[in-house]
Amino acid sequence: MSDARLSITTRDVKLWYGKFQALKGINVDIKHGKITSLIGPSGCGKTTLLRCFNRVNERYGNVTTTGEIKLLGKNIYDPDVSLIELRKAVGMVFQRPNPLPLSIYENVVFGLRIHAEKSLSRGDLDDAVEKALTETGLWSDLKDRLNDRAINLQLEQQQKLCIARLLPLKPEIILMDEPCSALDVDGTRAIEELMWSLAGRYTIVIVTHNMAQARRASDETIFMLLGELIEHARTEDLFLTPRDSRTSEYIEGRYG
Amino acid sequence: MNMPADAQPVAQFGETPFTRKKQRSEKIARAIFAVMVACIVIPLIVIIGYLVKEGYSLISWKFLTTNPTHGMREGGIWSALLGTFWLVGVSLCISAPIGVLAAVYLNEYAKDNWFTRVVNLAVVNLAGVPSIVHALFGLGAFVLFAHMGRSILAASLTLAIMTMPVIIASTKEALAAVPRQFREACWNVGATKWQTIWRIVLPNSISGILTGVILQVSRTAGETAPIMFTGAVFYRRIEEGNLFAYNITDQCMALSTHLFAVKTQVTNAPEALSFAIALVLLGLVVFVNLTAILIRSWLRGRKKW
Ligand SMILES: Nc1ncnc2c1ncn2[C@@H]1O[C@H](COP(=O)(O)OP(=O)(O)O)[C@@H](O)[C@H]1O
Ligand SMILES: [Mg+2]
Repeated sequence: MSDARLSITTRDVKLWYGKFQALKGINVDIKHGKITSLIGPSGCGKTTLLRCFNRVNERYGNVTTTGEIKLLGKNIYDPDVSLIELRKAVGMVFQRPNPLPLSIYENVVFGLRIHAEKSLSRGDLDDAVEKALTETGLWSDLKDRLNDRAINLQLEQQQKLCIARLLPLKPEIILMDEPCSALDVDGTRAIEELMWSLAGRYTIVIVTHNMAQARRASDETIFMLLGELIEHARTEDLFLTPRDSRTSEYIEGRYG
Repeated sequence: MNMPADAQPVAQFGETPFTRKKQRSEKIARAIFAVMVACIVIPLIVIIGYLVKEGYSLISWKFLTTNPTHGMREGGIWSALLGTFWLVGVSLCISAPIGVLAAVYLNEYAKDNWFTRVVNLAVVNLAGVPSIVHALFGLGAFVLFAHMGRSILAASLTLAIMTMPVIIASTKEALAAVPRQFREACWNVGATKWQTIWRIVLPNSISGILTGVILQVSRTAGETAPIMFTGAVFYRRIEEGNLFAYNITDQCMALSTHLFAVKTQVTNAPEALSFAIALVLLGLVVFVNLTAILIRSWLRGRKKW
């Protein structure tokens, strides 16, 4: 069964920012092609855990990580792992849409350009742009203004563009850190629909502090608290019959 | 709240003694700030006006393009003007690339550890060292120790050492102004630091970087002490009309030292001469700063965020 294939497995992952321990032994299995949401009160380490999956934490100051993180069975802390290749396979979408200060077209092909050994043909680039924008539902709106500045798009389109920017690299995993928190209701719905249409081909991990969103837009949910993983279950199970009392307190809104 | 239309208004919005008091302080504050602005602007206008009035009569194309004559009492300022161009040009060719690249390293590559902090601290403090200290250093290091003798090269190196910390500081500021989210976007598609810098950071900070560099041009043009010890001469004739009349190992005249010499060493120099020299120096500085502003607004307009 393809369901059983695992994209990410971690064993006893601990992480320190300087002396402050932000993750306290995380064990998690994230299934291929599913949408997994990470919920928990702010400051519990959701973003930190997400950043572990493409090792981008290392760019944020004095960080120590121990334990094992495997992507598709490969330990990403093995010495032969290239961070460039790793991050090509594990893309990230941020809280605030962050299109690059380039044209729409150049945003989409940015990844291709930086990973290309020799310069790519215009045709290949055009194809990649059309494909990625079609996949994210932007093509019909934007196809006539590909040379406009990406920064002038509406926020929802910007965020979709940030997702589209990852696709030409054929990532295995797409990490999303509260991708809707800057968007309105319609924008949020559009991104959630987009996530469902991408699921299956890509493994999606989404951080959200909006529990309704986790319920609507994920197959599995992980609840974290103070750097620990409290519960990981199918989304409907976690929300209907939480096993841990802290989970039920959180989803009933008693804290966070 | 729903009020009947004919009800007496509850609020009167009238002045109270306290509002009057606040308004009075507001007026006083406003007046003080305006006076302060006048304190800056009026002397500036007076200085410029005075220079123009006293020196304008001598300014002409011939004044700019002929050598001084008759013991520097007559003739033009060609050798000093060209000397200043050379000093500024050569020193900038040294300090701009080194300074900008060093700033890129410090801002983008260097880990945040004690060594980096010491370097940053040193840069900040070097930027504040008086130029006469740089002059002594230049004399010792370049003229004597490195056997360059008094020359355009030694003087330019001294000027370069003086401007480099400022260029580093302004470049770092320009780089730091590029939003971090752009860098994050790059990292997360697997861009190397260099790709991030080259494709995103530099294009978006170039206007700030250039402004910082150009402002150092005007500072370099006006410096006197560092070149007096290291490469400027009292008097020198050069070929008129030839921009390459100086050689990098030559000593040269410069506007700032020329002005100093005319005012303090030359007896019976016409009163207008020193004002005319000062006016040219000022014009040069204003011209360079205007260029900086133009470049800046032009690049700003092309910025994509
Ligand atoms: N770069 C950093 N340096 C130091 N501490 C950090 C850093 N990033 C996050 N933290 C700390 O780690 C903890 C977890 O942060 P984070 O993963 O951002 O939480 P969440 O995304 O769940 O709100 C917080 O207490 C936060 O203060
Ligand atoms: Mg977060």
